[in-house]
Amino acid sequence: MDIFETVFVRNNLIVAFAVIGVIMWLSYFLADKLTAGRIHGSAIAIALGLLAAYWGGLTTGGSTGVADVALLGGIGLMGGGMMRDFAIVATAFGVHLSELKKAGIAGVISIFAGVIVSFIVGAAVAVMFGYTDAVAITTIGAGAVTYIVGPVTGDALGATDAVITLSVAAGLVKSILVMIGTPLVAKSIGLDNPQSAMVFGGLMGTTSGVAAGLAATDPKLVPYGAMTATFYTGVGCLLGPSILFFIVSAIY
Amino acid sequence: MIVYGVALLSVCLIVGMLIGESLGVLLDVDANVGGVGIAMLFLVIASNTDKFKSLCTGVAGEGIKFWSAMYIPIVVAMAARQNVAAAIDGGLLALVAGVAAVVVSFALVPLLSRIGRPNVEKGPL
Repeated sequence: MDIFETVFVRNNLIVAFAVIGVIMWLSYFLADKLTAGRIHGSAIAIALGLLAAYWGGLTTGGSTGVADVALLGGIGLMGGGMMRDFAIVATAFGVHLSELKKAGIAGVISIFAGVIVSFIVGAAVAVMFGYTDAVAITTIGAGAVTYIVGPVTGDALGATDAVITLSVAAGLVKSILVMIGTPLVAKSIGLDNPQSAMVFGGLMGTTSGVAAGLAATDPKLVPYGAMTATFYTGVGCLLGPSILFFIVSAIY
Repeated sequence: MIVYGVALLSVCLIVGMLIGESLGVLLDVDANVGGVGIAMLFLVIASNTDKFKSLCTGVAGEGIKFWSAMYIPIVVAMAARQNVAAAIDGGLLALVAGVAAVVVSFALVPLLSRIGRPNVEKGPL
């Protein structure tokens, strides 16, 4: 057992490649045999990943899902921000500038619309649940933007830990739902071309959610959605503790 | 050499991230503003420019294509390291806020997709 642990922990990134490879194979096998290709293999793989993350969180009490299991620590590195951003940028290879220009204005508008709409929805839900102070309402609203905007805004405004935790949870729910929901609604919202993918990325904004959701829908759309989504968190952090807070505090 | 493509990709990411961080400092926000998006623009421009052709075609290009193809497995690993337990522990408020934000945003996709495409009916495609 000791030998196992030594080898697995010392080579954790390599273990992650092997484990993820097996999950991918299994997922594409299931997609083919059980759903006859109706559900994309990568959608199943992402769902399996989320399930594993839930199990990892429950058994270890940590905050990075299955990566908290000692033998699977490499998944944390493989799925971390550095590798994710590197691979996202690589997907831009082969993208045509003309496609980006076509959706340029719509993409920019969608980023601001996405931040403001998510904020209003989150803030309204906070009010529905009985919150009446402007700081808490703003922080929870910002959490509905993304799970990074929530704590950044909460910290800036001096929100309580409990409210900041809630805002992170709201952002996580959003991110996970975008991962699972995107392939299911893609057809009905017309998500099948580079322009709508850019609008989608700008509206949703959660980089992880958009990255996984589009991967499970059509990998060709990934670079377009990711391009706008990466501006969203920055815009959210900009608007949350400033304009949006001023508006909320003028009402409450 | 395959590493030329990988190096081009890396330089794009690093320069993009530096600009994103600088934008964050300039705007006084605690976040990287669009670093990845800017890096993607650099790669798009480089791969459409003749000067960088030797770094993007042939074997060097394979170095970029490899990482592009590793994207989905990396996203699966990313899913496996999400704090799903905390999201579920967040209770009803977090759940309602998250779900409502997604549903409303989904609904806006077809509306905003129309912006800047006034000739969508007249055009050949």
